Amino acid sequence: MLILECPYCGVKAEETELSPGYEAHLKRFGPGSSPEEFEAYMFARKNPKGVHFERWRHAYGCGKWFLAARCTATLEVFGTYPAQSGEPPADLQAKIKAKRPNWEGYK
Amino acid sequence: MKRYSVFAIAKQAMNYHLGWEKAWASPAPKKEYDVVIVGAGGHGLATAYYLGKNHGIKNVAIIEKGWLGGGNTGRNTTIIRSNYLQDPSAAIYDKALQLYEGLSQDLNYNVMFSPRGLLMLAQTHHEVRGYLRTVHANMLQGVTTEYISPARVKELVPIINIDGPRYPVLGALYQPRGGTGRHDAVAWGYARACSAMGMDIIQQTEVTAVRQEGGVVKGVETTKGFIGCKKLGVVVAGHSGQLAEMAGFRLPIEAVALQALVSEPIKPCMDVVVMANTVHGYMSQSDKGEMVIGGGTDGFNNFTQRGSFHHVEETLRALIETFPMISRLKMLRQWGGIVDMTGDRSPILSKTPLGNCFFNCGWGTGGFKAIPGSGWAMAELMAKGEPGPLTEEFSMWRFKEGKFIDESVAAGVAH
Repeated sequence: MLILECPYCGVKAEETELSPGYEAHLKRFGPGSSPEEFEAYMFARKNPKGVHFERWRHAYGCGKWFLAARCTATLEVFGTYPAQSGEPPADLQAKIKAKRPNWEGYK
Repeated sequence: MKRYSVFAIAKQAMNYHLGWEKAWASPAPKKEYDVVIVGAGGHGLATAYYLGKNHGIKNVAIIEKGWLGGGNTGRNTTIIRSNYLQDPSAAIYDKALQLYEGLSQDLNYNVMFSPRGLLMLAQTHHEVRGYLRTVHANMLQGVTTEYISPARVKELVPIINIDGPRYPVLGALYQPRGGTGRHDAVAWGYARACSAMGMDIIQQTEVTAVRQEGGVVKGVETTKGFIGCKKLGVVVAGHSGQLAEMAGFRLPIEAVALQALVSEPIKPCMDVVVMANTVHGYMSQSDKGEMVIGGGTDGFNNFTQRGSFHHVEETLRALIETFPMISRLKMLRQWGGIVDMTGDRSPILSKTPLGNCFFNCGWGTGGFKAIPGSGWAMAELMAKGEPGPLTEEFSMWRFKEGKFIDESVAAGVAH
């Protein structure tokens, strides 16, 4: 069972308490963008077999969105951090790099 | 290939059944083929089969990372139906159903297709309206379905509880031609027929890179060396994103786990397939007597072929209300498969940014029922290099154009 710690309220929540939000750190495109940009934002996904950054909502808790770093091949959780982060925190990235030396970075 | 027949069985019976030949060969890869298919699941093998049968292209290799039919083809709940809402879906799924009807004869291999009838229960007023709409759409598409009353449901499924109160049965969408098949036999039957046409099925061989020059695929690097090809077909379900990355583009696909489970075998008690989409559960009884139960998908990316246990609990908790007699059944096995979900829950059968590379993916939770139609359509696409009537709507560029085939709204859940 997937357990993520909510970075806001500190609760270790198991997945029935959470709502999934899929890939994080997407660059948003809206009106005025090209069809390619809008398609990439709306649909094209990294879907990596390995390190994945994703959005979750503590739906049956504090109700807030947060972000998580997780391995889709092993279900290992590297850590969680606030949704207001433009990119994963440096210490979390270093921790992932130490565990997955071949990881190419979050972009 | 020696044909299977009653006479062959009689002949082998005289010989202690020692004379049966292997169903397919396991050759070493050649240097180059006209067509290389990545993925020897049902869809990949069917693609190869119809390339040979319909288009005369027999210099084909099918490369498989694991063993043939060991992915989602061997992990589904074997339901076959074609009662979809959107026209392009109904066309390809009904093509598949029509091919399933004659598949055992066509392949000379018993795929145990059993058109026992399929019910999709309407358990909310929302679903009643949805299925009435689907019935009308199906009439226009030439797919025979009917909307039946709760009393008729009870007649077809005596073990069902139609009263509720949580999940009352208000009616059902009934497709008498729907049913089940033997999933492994579909893969094995196609594999045997492909091998008999001289195609090479290369198992235990992983594709590690796609070699390309000037926007054209030259072949694939594998764990058994480079294999050249004039055309490449990628039919790898959950790992489509990884293959697309090797080829240099992204797909609108996310891989998630979908689960199923079976009970201990019991005496025959239900001779139709019942799907209850409101509670994310569907059930049929296998020929061995096990109740085969499918559940919901996880909500997060996952490549582990195992799903979250709470889905099993949710599915069974709801199904027990609808089928009270299963409450005492022991569940024997539970497993998961990695399904490739697209944004509109419809598949992709498409040309790609690379001229001679074609993708067949995105079947999500509903691939098994489509195998023959998918193979037929993909073979046509690969042989002609241009989409035919079955594939033109399923291009990967439909997401840019906004021309979705929106089965996610139609089905609401796994389909």
